[in-house]
Amino acid sequence: MIGNQPMRLSPNSKSLMMVSPLVAVLFVFLVCPIAMIAIVSFWRATEFSIIPAFVFENYEFLFGSSVTYRVFFNTFKYALITWAATLLIGFTVAYFLAFHIRTLRWQIALFLLCTIPFWTSNIIRMISWIPFLGRNGIANSTLISWGVIDEPLEWLLFSDFAVVLAFVHLYTLFMVVPIFNTMMRIDKSLIEAARDAGANGAQILWNVIIPLTKPGIMIGTIFVVTLVMGDFITVRFMSGSQSANVGRLISNDVALLAYPSASATAVVLLCTVLIVIGILLRFVDIRKEL
Amino acid sequence: MEPRSRSFYVLAAFFTLFMLFLYGPTVTIAILSFQGPSGGLTFPMNGVSLHWFRDLFEQQAVGDIWGSFSRSLVLGLMVMVTTVVVSVMGGLAFRRRFPGSNILFYLIITALVIPSILISLGVGLMFSQSGMTVHWATSGFGAQLTWTLPFGLLIMFAVFNRFDSSYEEAARDLGATSWQTIRHVVLPIIAPSLIGVALFGFTLSYDEFARTLLTAGSYNTLPLEIFGMTTNVTTPVLYALGTLTTGFSLIMIGAFLLLTWVSTKRKARAGSDAGKGMV
Repeated sequence: MIGNQPMRLSPNSKSLMMVSPLVAVLFVFLVCPIAMIAIVSFWRATEFSIIPAFVFENYEFLFGSSVTYRVFFNTFKYALITWAATLLIGFTVAYFLAFHIRTLRWQIALFLLCTIPFWTSNIIRMISWIPFLGRNGIANSTLISWGVIDEPLEWLLFSDFAVVLAFVHLYTLFMVVPIFNTMMRIDKSLIEAARDAGANGAQILWNVIIPLTKPGIMIGTIFVVTLVMGDFITVRFMSGSQSANVGRLISNDVALLAYPSASATAVVLLCTVLIVIGILLRFVDIRKEL
Repeated sequence: MEPRSRSFYVLAAFFTLFMLFLYGPTVTIAILSFQGPSGGLTFPMNGVSLHWFRDLFEQQAVGDIWGSFSRSLVLGLMVMVTTVVVSVMGGLAFRRRFPGSNILFYLIITALVIPSILISLGVGLMFSQSGMTVHWATSGFGAQLTWTLPFGLLIMFAVFNRFDSSYEEAARDLGATSWQTIRHVVLPIIAPSLIGVALFGFTLSYDEFARTLLTAGSYNTLPLEIFGMTTNVTTPVLYALGTLTTGFSLIMIGAFLLLTWVSTKRKARAGSDAGKGMV
């Protein structure tokens, strides 16, 4: 009988065939570009061209400059502040949706309301802060008319405040979604059990819900931290080119066609991000949490 | 039902504020885009007009908006179709372990967390050093896939984690080949999620900026065009454009959500006929 069967692929080769387009895309557009950046980071640059070489001058310059450390510090600062703000807001919103909205229909509707802005353009969402934060913007004129301030505040737009505000505006969703997802999977009887055992609301939140929500918090953290650390456009636009993070360092070099120097910075940034992610991944098994 | 606690009202107020924070700025520029011809970038409104929308249709005023819009649209559709197909195949394959599946999984995570500018820079360098010209439909397309595929795959992983494989076993017991099982059993069941993947594929591509920055070549996509405008356009025409593209995004999102809703409904109605006897 065996001889009559059509030729069958082993399950392994079937799987490999199925993922081959994925592997091809990731190889050509992820692995090769990273390798390319790593290679070019050792090249030499003149004013008009880049020359294949194997020199460490790009790294020497990078690590020898005080600007680098300031900019890396800034990058971590943005990441940390944004992380804290998005976590606080994201957790509260997810908690409200998961435990205070009673019907699934309303949960889905309100959840979608939170997600829709994510599917629209980030750049336009940044632009849309101009009328609010500008010198004669809504925030300033409202505060003046209330008598809170006499002079318009100068630090609203084109400042670190604006950068962080935009980050929170753009990325809070990345906290809401994973936290909401894990919260929805918490067995409600656990909460009832805690209540029956005499726990009050705060105790339930602290001892039951937060521990069970940790995986969602971790996934949200990974998203927010990497998005903020890799950003260059929000910082450039919202700070009016007055602040810098590592991404801007790279894009400035690119604008000057200083690709080797940009590549060296990119390699250091990538290593930094991967180390941060490596640490975060120790706290969560992503595949189990999907 | 027990009465609402006080914390419900506090949280509801917080949620409302969050919604205001989320939508307020967008609504504001939508209003301001109807600014009169002499109006500025902020309130007060100097009359109400369609002046700035009319400006969008005049080439010399704003550059190649319509060309970049059509490129973004085509690119979005290309990325959408590719993302759906590759994600479904990947999702199916990842249901069991295979040699290299762990490495591939971490590669997907890397694609998700890698700073976008690195993809832009790397792909740009790779193309220029190998003598190819960057173009939105080749290098831009590939660079965007590194962003949309991880999302598509994560959705598929989540879908298949919840997938009841007894449907497939039933199909196999009835003599279906593996292709027939996928075509007639698996795909119809996961159809609503596929629309979700398509939504991600399209919108993420349509709005992508960083990964196309150095990979789009001499023809801009819409987000690149808009960003270029932010540095030299200081009139409400920027808001008019923002309002139009956001409106377009909302229509697309609405269409996708409606499709998902319809297909879920259909699935629920057609659903299982178990126990209803043979007809």
